Amino acid sequence: MGGVTSFCSRLEGVREGEEALTSAVRAKAAPRTGVDWFLLLMRVVLFSVIIFGFFAFVWQQFDSNNPLARQINPDATGLKSDQVKGLFVTGLSQGAMYGLIALGYSMVYGVLGFINFAHGEVFMLGAFSGFITSTKLDQAGYWEGNAFIPSVLIAVLVALVVSTSAAVIMERVAYRPLRGSPRLIPLITSIGVSFFIQNTVIVLFDPGSKSYPRPPDWMTDQYSILSFDIEGTKIAVLIVAALSMAGLWWFVERTKTGKAMRAVAEDREIASLMGIDVNKTIVTTFAVGGAMAGIAGILWGLLFRSVTATTGFLPGIKAFTAAVVGGVGNLGGAMAGGVSLGSAEALAPLVLLEPLGINGASQLRDAVAFTLLILVLLVKPTGLFGEKLSADDRA
Amino acid sequence: MSDLISNDMTEDGSNELVDRGAFDLDWNRVGRMGALAALAMWFVSLSGMPVDLDSRAIIDPDLSLGYLALVVIPVIFGWLVGNEVVLEGMAATKRGPRDVVAGAAVGLLSGLATAILLVLINNFDIRDPLVNWSPDLLSLLTFGRSNAFGIFVWLLLSAVLGVAGASLRLLAPRIRRAIIVVLVSVLSMSIFQAVIDDLFGAIDPLIDLLYAKTGGLTRQGAIVIAVVSGGLSLTGRGRIKAARDDYAAKTGPERTRQTAIMLAITTVLLIVLPFFTGKIINELLANVGIFLLLALGLNIVVGLAGILDLGYVAFFAVGGYTTAVLTAARPGESWPDWLPHTPWIVALLITIVIAAMVGLFIGAPVIRMRGDYLAIVTLGFGEIIRILFLSDWLNGFFGGAQGIINIPAAEFGFIGEVSGVSPRSVFYLVLVFAAIAIYASWRLERSRLGRAWMAIREDESVAEAMGINTVNAKLMAFVVGAVLASFAGAIFSAKVGSIFPSSFLILISIIILVVVIVGGMGNILGVIVGAVVLIGILGGPRQPGLLTEFSEYKLLIYGALLIWMMLQRPEGLVPNVRRSRELHQEEFLQDAWLKGEVDHDDGTPGDGVDPDGGTEVAPA
Amino acid sequence: MSERILDINKLSVTFGGLHALRDLDFHVDEGEIVGVIGPNGAGKTTFFNMISGMVAPTSGEILFEGKSLLGLDPNQVTARGIARTFQNVRLFANMTIAENVMVAQHCRTKQGVWGSLFNTRAFRQEEREIREHAEKVLGFFGTRLIGYRLEQPASVLSYANRRRLEIARAMATKSRLLLLDEPVAGMNPMESAELTGLIGKLRSEWGFTIVMIEHDMNVVRDVSDRVVCLDHGETLAQGSFEEVSSNPDVIEAYLGRPLEKKTT
Ligand SMILES: Nc1ncnc2c1ncn2[C@@H]1O[C@H](COP(=O)(O)OP(=O)(O)OP(=O)(O)O)[C@@H](O)[C@H]1O
Ligand SMILES: [Mg+2]
Repeated sequence: MGGVTSFCSRLEGVREGEEALTSAVRAKAAPRTGVDWFLLLMRVVLFSVIIFGFFAFVWQQFDSNNPLARQINPDATGLKSDQVKGLFVTGLSQGAMYGLIALGYSMVYGVLGFINFAHGEVFMLGAFSGFITSTKLDQAGYWEGNAFIPSVLIAVLVALVVSTSAAVIMERVAYRPLRGSPRLIPLITSIGVSFFIQNTVIVLFDPGSKSYPRPPDWMTDQYSILSFDIEGTKIAVLIVAALSMAGLWWFVERTKTGKAMRAVAEDREIASLMGIDVNKTIVTTFAVGGAMAGIAGILWGLLFRSVTATTGFLPGIKAFTAAVVGGVGNLGGAMAGGVSLGSAEALAPLVLLEPLGINGASQLRDAVAFTLLILVLLVKPTGLFGEKLSADDRA
Repeated sequence: MSDLISNDMTEDGSNELVDRGAFDLDWNRVGRMGALAALAMWFVSLSGMPVDLDSRAIIDPDLSLGYLALVVIPVIFGWLVGNEVVLEGMAATKRGPRDVVAGAAVGLLSGLATAILLVLINNFDIRDPLVNWSPDLLSLLTFGRSNAFGIFVWLLLSAVLGVAGASLRLLAPRIRRAIIVVLVSVLSMSIFQAVIDDLFGAIDPLIDLLYAKTGGLTRQGAIVIAVVSGGLSLTGRGRIKAARDDYAAKTGPERTRQTAIMLAITTVLLIVLPFFTGKIINELLANVGIFLLLALGLNIVVGLAGILDLGYVAFFAVGGYTTAVLTAARPGESWPDWLPHTPWIVALLITIVIAAMVGLFIGAPVIRMRGDYLAIVTLGFGEIIRILFLSDWLNGFFGGAQGIINIPAAEFGFIGEVSGVSPRSVFYLVLVFAAIAIYASWRLERSRLGRAWMAIREDESVAEAMGINTVNAKLMAFVVGAVLASFAGAIFSAKVGSIFPSSFLILISIIILVVVIVGGMGNILGVIVGAVVLIGILGGPRQPGLLTEFSEYKLLIYGALLIWMMLQRPEGLVPNVRRSRELHQEEFLQDAWLKGEVDHDDGTPGDGVDPDGGTEVAPA
Repeated sequence: MSERILDINKLSVTFGGLHALRDLDFHVDEGEIVGVIGPNGAGKTTFFNMISGMVAPTSGEILFEGKSLLGLDPNQVTARGIARTFQNVRLFANMTIAENVMVAQHCRTKQGVWGSLFNTRAFRQEEREIREHAEKVLGFFGTRLIGYRLEQPASVLSYANRRRLEIARAMATKSRLLLLDEPVAGMNPMESAELTGLIGKLRSEWGFTIVMIEHDMNVVRDVSDRVVCLDHGETLAQGSFEEVSSNPDVIEAYLGRPLEKKTT
């Protein structure tokens, strides 16, 4: 295995060279075509909205009756610092879940170079199996008191098994036969897979929304940490997300399998020449990504306490957004992207849009998330923290 | 070389066959197939399909759609288990009792699964998560009798059906084709009952012979159809093929004339058709038309230019909302009073302009992105547009969740008006626009722009180096697609009379994509076939198809179809020649090589002799 | 002395730490055929990539007909009048041979959606011209690429014919300057001799000015007016073929790949 390490580090050097190339290739003079001007304008407008909105917000905080505020939205009162903190914590915990899901997108993109659109459904399956387990346990009286923690662990275990196997089966049935076909083909297939899984859950378990049983009070109580009032579940979410991320980091950086994964991500062919079992490694990638999504699913259930067959769709897309924001293929970036996206979509509507006189701004949460995706790709097509793609995907 | 050419490489044509004993099977494979069949049985049973679809008879007392959903499984897997890949130069195995045994085994396994399910349902109750784990399912599986009876019948039936599926491989291709034609005819005659009822309702004896009062074919009807279609298949196939070859062989004005005649006949038929069909069928036709229009637009974007636009529904929404705002009496409080309520046709013109602008607006930022990013970003745009229509912020303009209601009919002076009250008129309007869209796709594909799209699809950076402004060419595809979708939106809002943000879910984008892909990306005829078959039979996201009972399952089926198509036949039912070349490059080259079409270098390196003397002669 | 059409000053590009080109000066006069030689990895293809706008230089200046090409997209460069072929033949494999050449006339034609929808006279006229020009260009290579071949996909062509088709595609762009990247690579001596003759004709009959990268010294000797040898991104020598091929630096750069043997 020593060969793999040295070979990875050798590639590291090449990678830097190639990144420089991309910037050289993309370095362009002033905008020339109409499209370029339009994009420049779009960027300017988006940034002005952000800056102006933020300015209006700050002023409103100091003087909720300032002329500007009266001009644009006489009803707005500004946010109290508690509210901002609350939004931030909500955003953070939701973002942590996006981050966990985003890891799966990122790893698969890194290794296979395609977007597994159905990854959101893997997450949903985790949440759903968690729901089934927890209701069963609740009916048996194990969802409270001392039994709660072991019960949750059981639910996590079930969700892990379900999500991991879903991801692995997906790879085997739908994606492996398509390896090497034009790039959009597996993407379209994964859309089909996503559609199929969603509707499978609908027909098997009916389309209604399902509620997780109520956790014990100590889970839902507010705790005060560093002047932030945080709900127990959110603390749990943050802790679990951090632990999973650490575990994943350890796995990818320190274990043999993780190294094999990185080697395959760099260059599949060379990796197989080095004696790495590429198929096995790809399956592992899917499995690990699935496991992360499964954990996110359970956390989602504990936090929002409701799950439907379509639960996976929006978080899935947003997690992909998070992966792009953080730079696809970059695991730390995925988590950072998730957290930024979560806080941005929680805060931006009330901090940036409301002061601009947009009423019902919190309805625009999802729109904010997608706008962020567009903005990031416009300004920095490789994501905020840089892409780490395999050799042929960079071209 | 010559026997390679005569050998068409199918398993039937391989000349070297190995004979193997009846039980000399790849039991591993049999087990795998059997397990899959068993899973399929469970899945279908627990999805609720059998129970829900039981009310729809195919052949009146004997077979319902619900049972059909179950019994096809052993047949399909029985057929599949015999599938073997014969590599060039390897001997194929002779078909024989071996296949039958494998089919029986697979069938038996699926029957066993059903039997186990039956026992389980009888003894345990897990209806809590699995809603279809119900007594209804049990009684359906036991045919309303005792468990033992049910188990016995399923074991026997499945084995027999597995054998049936497997034996299809033993038959001469001619007979096999006839059998498939018979099955498909019977099934489609049953599905198309509503249409045929409408068309031939006047001929009572025929209808009475074919169809039962309560729906479904009668036994005699099924037999008649089977005999007729089987006979036609056995006798007529040669003629159809000959006619097709004849048409394909024609060139120049002769071919143009024939095409014109066929087009004329189709047009007349389509114009006459809605006079004979009832309101429900006309409504269905109108829906098919609207989705066809959308699919044709998406086909330009995806099929011709190769841009996977998942937010295509945005343009449909923009078309719908623009028309609604311009024509409705009171679209929203924030519009100034002096805003005129324009007639539909004027609104359409404005809609086109706005849709094109939105096309540019959405297209510009995404066009330089990598293909897969582009897909997700357009999907994001699709959502953003829907969220904006839904938001309180723009409530005064677009009515938020309440949408825009009281959209008037589209008036065409003395010709009449088009509204949802009269689906026939909608159908005609859609027909006109679909014709425009078909014409436009056809012309564009064979133009300078079409070639540029093709080149971009093949190799974007080379296309750019060859002087194609890829950004502009792709934006053009976006705009043309947007305009076609806006037509559909404009017609949709006049037809429905009220529109809501929930009419424009991302789901619609995906369904249109399935239509395009199943039909055949980049092929106009394919897209038409896709729209008619999928939307006509299964229905759109909200619109019922001929199989109204399918409403709960159609999305499931769309998903499954999409996966299956991508894995098995990515070029679609009616493939575009070029697309299939792209997708099956190697096979294509192999075929071309076998047919002697691949050209060889005109000299062997080294000897310096040019065998052809530098002139290559056409083979035909 | 004829007009100078391409003038390159102090052109450099670095990929990470690698100087693929370093302060390169280069020029081409109207009607010249310039051969570019150099060992593998010398930066020849990169040089073409930079002229055709596919890679942006780190510094330096490229003037074509007196105007700078810097910052132009590849399609704009082609529109200005520079067309190229690729070392690893890159045809539109699933388009027919005729289409491959027709599509290359994109920047010289202008009919858009409107014309094609209404099948206007101008549109039909233009389509006819495109087709005629395509057949004319393909006819340059004898009967190999015309006739029944016109409607066959490019992927069925033999290797040599693919190279020819690629040259035809570049010719069809109606450019003044052709950049040919190893046009005879992979051809046998007969074929390359024939193509050498055709390259001469490209200038004499079609009026193209040509810059050609080539490893085959026979070809370089036979057609080039001037030869430039690159090594490690720098000009090692330039002048007539004899001058360059006898230059000791060049011989040293080609060490292990004896120059004399190749020129027999
Ligand atoms: N896109 C790129 N990214 C990084 N390095 C590159 C890139 N393109 C070329 N190089 C490097 O630049 C150098 C010059 O390459 P180039 O392809 O121009 O050589 P060449 O002279 O054409 O060689 P050959 O005779 O083999 O075709 C090589 O070392 C190559 O590895
Ligand atoms: Mg080169």
